[in-house]
Amino acid sequence: MRSTNFTKRTVAAVAAGFMALGLAACGGGDGGDDAQAGAGGEGGGGGDLISVGFSQVGAESGWRAANTKSIKDTLTEENGFELSFSDAQQKQENQIQAIRSYIAQGVDVIAFSPVVESGWDAVLEEAKNAGIPVVLTDRAVDSEDESLYESFIGSDFVLEGQRAGEWVVENLGGEPLNVVELQGTTGAAPAVDRKEGFEMAIEGNPEIQIIASQTGNFTRTEGRQVMEGFLQAHDDIDLVYAHNDDMGLGAIEAIEAAGLTPGEDIKIVTIDAVKDGMQALADGKINYIVECNPLLGPDLADIIKSVVAGEEVEKRIVVEDQAFDQAAAIEALPTREY
Amino acid sequence: MRFTRHRLFWPLVALVALLVANTINTPDFLGLRLQDGHLFGAPIDILRNSAPLLLVALGMTLVIATRGIDLSVGAVVAISGAVALSFIGSSSDPGALSTVLVAVGIALALCFVLGVWNGFLVSVLGIQPIIATLVLMTAGRGIAMLITEGQITTINSAPYRVIGGGYWIGLPVSILIAGAIFALVAVLTRRTALGVLIESVGINPEASRLAGVQSRSIVWTVYALSGLFAGIAGLMISSNVMAADANNAGLFIELDAILAVVIGGTSLAGGKFSLAGTVVGVFIIQTLTLTVTILGISPSITPLFKAIVVIAVVLVQAPIVRRRMSSGPPRPTQTAPAPKTPVEVAA
Repeated sequence: MRSTNFTKRTVAAVAAGFMALGLAACGGGDGGDDAQAGAGGEGGGGGDLISVGFSQVGAESGWRAANTKSIKDTLTEENGFELSFSDAQQKQENQIQAIRSYIAQGVDVIAFSPVVESGWDAVLEEAKNAGIPVVLTDRAVDSEDESLYESFIGSDFVLEGQRAGEWVVENLGGEPLNVVELQGTTGAAPAVDRKEGFEMAIEGNPEIQIIASQTGNFTRTEGRQVMEGFLQAHDDIDLVYAHNDDMGLGAIEAIEAAGLTPGEDIKIVTIDAVKDGMQALADGKINYIVECNPLLGPDLADIIKSVVAGEEVEKRIVVEDQAFDQAAAIEALPTREY
Repeated sequence: MRFTRHRLFWPLVALVALLVANTINTPDFLGLRLQDGHLFGAPIDILRNSAPLLLVALGMTLVIATRGIDLSVGAVVAISGAVALSFIGSSSDPGALSTVLVAVGIALALCFVLGVWNGFLVSVLGIQPIIATLVLMTAGRGIAMLITEGQITTINSAPYRVIGGGYWIGLPVSILIAGAIFALVAVLTRRTALGVLIESVGINPEASRLAGVQSRSIVWTVYALSGLFAGIAGLMISSNVMAADANNAGLFIELDAILAVVIGGTSLAGGKFSLAGTVVGVFIIQTLTLTVTILGISPSITPLFKAIVVIAVVLVQAPIVRRRMSSGPPRPTQTAPAPKTPVEVAA
């Protein structure tokens, strides 16, 4: 009877919540005990272990949760690492604080996913002066001085949009195609780049038209509401291009409510390949998903080892993203980790 | 032109203007058709998407009428969906009606308790409402994250889907639920003394207490109700997409609810409140959201467009603007006595 587990979890959560009420400002969500461990970690590099300080953005999405798990599961003591992990709860000042504490502890390597692109020069300079190499994951910084970090590991968002667009051109091109686009959060790098990549790919195919484009803020609820609006305003939609799976899943609900069949009457192409998206792809409700790989742990471990060994590493490492059509999803689903 | 001075006149004009703008752009905007045995069309979408905000704004109206404010409703929305979906997801039979009923019961009971907690802080401990509810606003999402373990919980359960996406006699179940609760609250506050008591507490809590009004229990009750209504809204929002997203469910809904209350003509200073005004406010906000998509307004200027509409609606309701529009120069007095002779208003 699994609901006992649930009851325990709920009681624990509520109890923890009320405890947290005492220190309201700490709020936020981390969902894990070790999230606070960052500042308290030992660091210092005991024995042969490589001590790594990692500052994560937060726990805002399923993608991020998979990313965190991958890093924690790879940088273990068995693999020769001593990991101090901290959760910035989407705040740059928390992240800068965590990085300063890693510098003070004298860890061997600092790694982090920057919450925002700018404002890192000062703290990265401090790390450089202390002789601690820095590795960026998932998101870049816009610093002029590339010597401030060793390497940046992450997906190429423009390429993701481009691959989605190329699939559309190859499989659905040749006849008039009306596309509606569900954009991510306005101004966010993945939203800007995925839009750009898609537009690049369909360029030169005048029969493929983006007839409407609106932000769904990367969430299901807004994806659904925006799609409902699209369906009212246009009765000739052939394809939905969503910047992430969640908005695509919201669009599916809207399309079904309108009495149409997602995947057939209106085709859907998304980016991310989280579990729910893959399931919908396997069920035939989505037609194509370009993966945005969150499993950065192994790549990060390799880079850290090379950096510590004093080898030259590449400034930009693009993580390999797969892409799935419906058949590939059915095959991949049983062994998916996230 | 007496009706132009009714306090709901300008909000209603704004609502009609939005609907007209949409109809010009999409001629069959107001058209309805029968789809799989239920009505389908833009007005139905607006009604269904309005239901959660209507409930939250309803609770907010009562709270604001007592001179308070409830910032925690968004977090309560997230907790409600998280609890219900985690329970259904971990049960052995997610599709059973009994499972869904138990889940709904647990979620609503918890949200009611959270509302009682807010009410306790405000009415018994005398903490400023904005601070008291800020506590739960901040901590609440953390609680929801703990319950969902940081993941977006998804389920497959036909009975649960009915709450947010189902239809009964051709209409969305969610708006029927919201409508029924609205009617109940309207009857309770307008056909009994409760409404007057709430207003008297809002106007002057101390005087009401001395006059024998149980102001403490009234304040406590409205916060508890606000929590409960937010809980129901949370069930609808999670049922609509069959997913509980602890980070984004009900995000900023407290601000939309406060806005709906203000557009509806209820003063944040407490006292007189208008439930009908709140309904109009909710429909304006929801129609505005749909309008942005239908007119194809670029995402980068969407916030500006919304802000312009909202400021226009609020401005035409401001006493100083209304007086200017109806009778020349503004008067220095605080209260706005209605002009004795009807004056032509340029509408």
